Amino acid sequence: MEDDAPVIYGLEFQARALTAQTAETDAIRFVVGTQSLKFDNQIHIIDFDDENNMINKSVLLHDAGEIWHISGSPADKAVLTTCYSKTSESRVLTCAAVWRMPPEWESGSHESPDDSSNNPQTLELLCHLDNTTHGSVACVLWEPMGDGKRVISLAENHVLLWDLQESSTKATISSSATLEGKGQLKFTAGKWSPHHNSTQLATANDTAIRGWDLRSMSQIYCIESAHGQLVRDLDFNPNKQYYLASCGDDCKVKFWDVRHINEPVKCLEEHSHWVWSVRYNHSHDQLLLTGSSDSRVILSNMVSISSEPFGHLVDDDELSDNEESQQEDKGKEPLRDSIIATYEEHEDSVYAVEWSAADPWLFASLSYDGRLVINRVPRALKYRILL
Amino acid sequence: GDGDLPSATTPPDSDPTGRRRVHSMLKLYYGLNEEGTAAEQAESLDPCDINGPHFDPEVYLNKLRKDCSLCELMDHESCMVKQIRSLDSDMQTLVYENYNKFISATDTIRKMKNDFKKMEDEMDCLSANMAAITEFSARISGTLQDQHAQITKLSGVHTLLRKLQFLFELPARLNKCLELQAYAQAVSAHRRARCVLQQYSHMPSFRGIQDDCHVIMEQLAQQLRQKFRDGGSSAKDLSECVELLLQLDEPAEELCDKFLSHAQSRLEADLQGLEAELKDSAFTDTGGGSVQKTSPGSNPISPSSSSVINPFLSPTAGTDILEFIDRGCNEFVSSLCLVIASYQELFINRPQEGELASKNIPEMANGKLHVFVDTLAARYFSLVERRIQEEKGVGDNSLLVRALDRFHRRLQAITKLLPGSAVPSHGTEIVVRAARERIKQYLSALQTFYHDSLTDVRQALAAPRLAVGGASASGGGVTSKDATPSLPELLTSLSNFILNQLKSVLASVHLFTAKDITFSNKPYFKGEFCSQGVREGLVVSFIKFICQSSRQYCESAGDRGGSTPPALLLLLSRLCLDYETSTISYILTLTDEQFLVQHHTPVTPVTALCAEAREAAQKLLNHYVKVQGLIISQMLRKSVETRDWVNTIEPRNVRAVMKRVVEDTTSIDVQVGLLYEEGVRKAHSSDSSKRTFSVYSSSRQQIRYAPSYTPSAPMDTNLLSNIHKLFSERIDIFSPVEFNKVSVLTGIIKISLKTFLECVRIRTFGRYGLQQIQVDCHYLQMYLWRFVSDENLVHFLLDEIVGSAAHRCLDPSPMEQSVIEVICERG
Repeated sequence: MEDDAPVIYGLEFQARALTAQTAETDAIRFVVGTQSLKFDNQIHIIDFDDENNMINKSVLLHDAGEIWHISGSPADKAVLTTCYSKTSESRVLTCAAVWRMPPEWESGSHESPDDSSNNPQTLELLCHLDNTTHGSVACVLWEPMGDGKRVISLAENHVLLWDLQESSTKATISSSATLEGKGQLKFTAGKWSPHHNSTQLATANDTAIRGWDLRSMSQIYCIESAHGQLVRDLDFNPNKQYYLASCGDDCKVKFWDVRHINEPVKCLEEHSHWVWSVRYNHSHDQLLLTGSSDSRVILSNMVSISSEPFGHLVDDDELSDNEESQQEDKGKEPLRDSIIATYEEHEDSVYAVEWSAADPWLFASLSYDGRLVINRVPRALKYRILL
Repeated sequence: GDGDLPSATTPPDSDPTGRRRVHSMLKLYYGLNEEGTAAEQAESLDPCDINGPHFDPEVYLNKLRKDCSLCELMDHESCMVKQIRSLDSDMQTLVYENYNKFISATDTIRKMKNDFKKMEDEMDCLSANMAAITEFSARISGTLQDQHAQITKLSGVHTLLRKLQFLFELPARLNKCLELQAYAQAVSAHRRARCVLQQYSHMPSFRGIQDDCHVIMEQLAQQLRQKFRDGGSSAKDLSECVELLLQLDEPAEELCDKFLSHAQSRLEADLQGLEAELKDSAFTDTGGGSVQKTSPGSNPISPSSSSVINPFLSPTAGTDILEFIDRGCNEFVSSLCLVIASYQELFINRPQEGELASKNIPEMANGKLHVFVDTLAARYFSLVERRIQEEKGVGDNSLLVRALDRFHRRLQAITKLLPGSAVPSHGTEIVVRAARERIKQYLSALQTFYHDSLTDVRQALAAPRLAVGGASASGGGVTSKDATPSLPELLTSLSNFILNQLKSVLASVHLFTAKDITFSNKPYFKGEFCSQGVREGLVVSFIKFICQSSRQYCESAGDRGGSTPPALLLLLSRLCLDYETSTISYILTLTDEQFLVQHHTPVTPVTALCAEAREAAQKLLNHYVKVQGLIISQMLRKSVETRDWVNTIEPRNVRAVMKRVVEDTTSIDVQVGLLYEEGVRKAHSSDSSKRTFSVYSSSRQQIRYAPSYTPSAPMDTNLLSNIHKLFSERIDIFSPVEFNKVSVLTGIIKISLKTFLECVRIRTFGRYGLQQIQVDCHYLQMYLWRFVSDENLVHFLLDEIVGSAAHRCLDPSPMEQSVIEVICERG
């Protein structure tokens, strides 16, 4: 069976920020934020129609500034945060804010898709995550599977935990932590762990990865020199609580067991330039997506360190006689750690990759030139994992 | 008619036929039959034949008368008369002759008759005499009969008495023998008497004698045993001693045991001497001489043992393995051989007689001997092995080989003495183990040497790197490498060091297979040692080790941020490449020739090793590119990240970091050029920097920026850049490089510029910020194109950088190209 061809969507502007709409579980929807210093920036909401292999887009204005990071609320699909840079008095500062998408965007886009670009609607500002005292914000993280009331922002060397109150119109810092050390320390990336009741956070600064306990706001582990150079991104294995993937400027993707931080569990070196983004599949954590400034997206199958090292175990009950189980073994044998596919649809650096929140077999990647590519996991692999 | 018969009338004497006829007639007369009877009968029937028996005178006369004339008749008559006469005279002669003979015969017979009569008388007389003699003789025998019987009886009594006397005298005699130490006599005497005494032991007197003898013999046996135990006598004495004891019904097993335990104590003394040599510290304290001193120098079995064991002469300090083995051979092994020899002499090879033969002593004794030898040899071997294990220094192998040779050689004596013994084969195993161990030691020594050499190279590199830096900083750009060794020199010397060391190790190991070494013709040393040991275990392992450690340099340095100096990576890469092209095959050929390796077992092929070396070289070079690229990247990244690009002043000159980048690239170029060939680059015009730069900055740049000022068409910039990308090939930044300078430099510059690009993209620029980037890129363009294989690559990346900076610019108003050129040329 032929795999469907990738679907490509071009933005007019350069873009770095991409997220899946986390709270949306029915429609396959991605949100992209643009980067332009000269024009009004936009938020593109891209709906993918899986059956017709078509894209529907809606554009919302984001006139606060160019978007560096975007993140959707896990509870309310209309709420999202952006990190955007604002220039004032020859000073560039990256701020963060919580926004609500106007309620009509969905219907409006469907009625007159051509008009949307001409007369775009504007995001409704809910509140700023005021950072004047803390400096530029690198990213904002929602509490995983939370009620959409808690976010963390990483600003320079500060971890700030915010409580969103009054329908997210008011943000107050409930606790904070500061990374002290010599030199100018600056967080580059972070991830809120979905495990341990969402009490843990992992951050990256320079070549180090640090774990934080959000209850005490103290550091719980630190992987010094996790990468040879800058660490660009992190992601938690959604099914194995101590497992963490990281990527960075040494072109490597490393897998860590945070209980044994001296050596990575595994190390991939498939990209030929910096790896900017790494994402575990939400359902099948052997599937790993990486995007790199070598303009490639790589989908890897890390069976050996996944929560399903022997494939899907649900079917074992159904197997009664030996023949079948032997067949099953044979079928599973080729499931070794491997590169499933390298996607070369991009022509510029890929800074963001995301799995769809609704369809675990679908993912999007965004390159700097504004090209969004939606791809699927190859069917053969999909069926092998499922059956 | 007489004339008709001339032939018949021929006179008998006138012709032979006639004479013959006479002769035959005489024969006829005497009844003698002759040969021609039939013919005569034929002619005799004729009645006219005058000589025939049927001659009829009437017929004859009638016939004559009828046939012959008168004249003839007359003649015939006269002839007849003549014949008759001659016949008569013949007859007379014959008669006369025979008569004389008859006379003399008669005389003789008569005489004989007389003689016989006389003889008969004498015979009668003789027989009478004989009868008389017989009668006398019978009479004498009759009279002597009684006396003879008496004499026979007396003689028997005499013999018995003598035997009895012997028996009675036996105790005294034995005592005397004992005094005189004539043990053999005593034993043989006792042996003779033993049965008799045993037989008549029921008689009190004999019993007394027997008891006496027993006591004396017991004493004698005691003395013999003592003598045996002391072992002080000569081998011959000892042998006699053993024989006597055996004859005295001493159990052979016990004797064997005693002999062996006695020998063991002496051999153990030797072993303890050796052991003491092993543990030098404990030696003087224990002063364990008491045991050793039990063996006096008079012992023939171990003649040398006494002289050696002096506990106060500390031999450990300076004894090398050869001395140790020598001592072991001279003391222990030779003693052991002597023991074996004398033991065999005593118990195994002696002729067996009498009841001793039935006891099957040799078999029992042989078994004991084997156990004895095996036990002691095992202890000896463990000592030797301990000593060999102490032999860690790999400087002089000949000593060890000679020691092993001696060790092995001396064990051959045991083979000869004790054909079935496992000892020599165990000895060979020890030698084999030692050789194996030795190869391992040499391998680790080579590895250490390699590491040390690399440390030396590292130190040497640390110095010239300063010199290079200083030279280029002062504006020379070209290294001054007079004072310190240059990279090629270092490479050559390192390569030579390693090769020489390997050769000397091979030479050392080769000693094991020298012709004059006894164990060199053992199957292990002919086959496995050469192929699995030397070739695989030493040479191949070492080459693999070089590749392995090279790879480790890449891996460890990757995470720790370049702990290995890049020059070393480059040098190792070249080393591995040289290995791939020539050195490996040279080394292996050398090894195969030296050791005449016959590959019974599969060995690593040269191609596999070469592939490994090439892989290592490639990895090292890639890593070199990465490290150098990262060093320059870091500079660029820092310079972009730390600057406030929005609020910068108008560019007046090229930033220092760009000059530094060009300088570093130049020195890398020089460095790589020292070890690698130039490589191929795409053709370019004589003044590439000017031409391409003008295109890039004035014409294209204008087109590119122009639309972006019009807000109505924001797509165009992307479109343009995308169209451009459509026609350019994808650039792999950290991609493998080829083994040449241009490729290496291209890799480094690619990495550096890509970093520059990515860093620019996450910054925001003011008007002067962009202009500064323009100036910097122009400067890089002026200098970097010459290093790369395809200058378009540099153009493209710099293009991207300026383009990205323009995108990220709040107030994009580019600088005039002429101004940029002026600034750049000013330096």
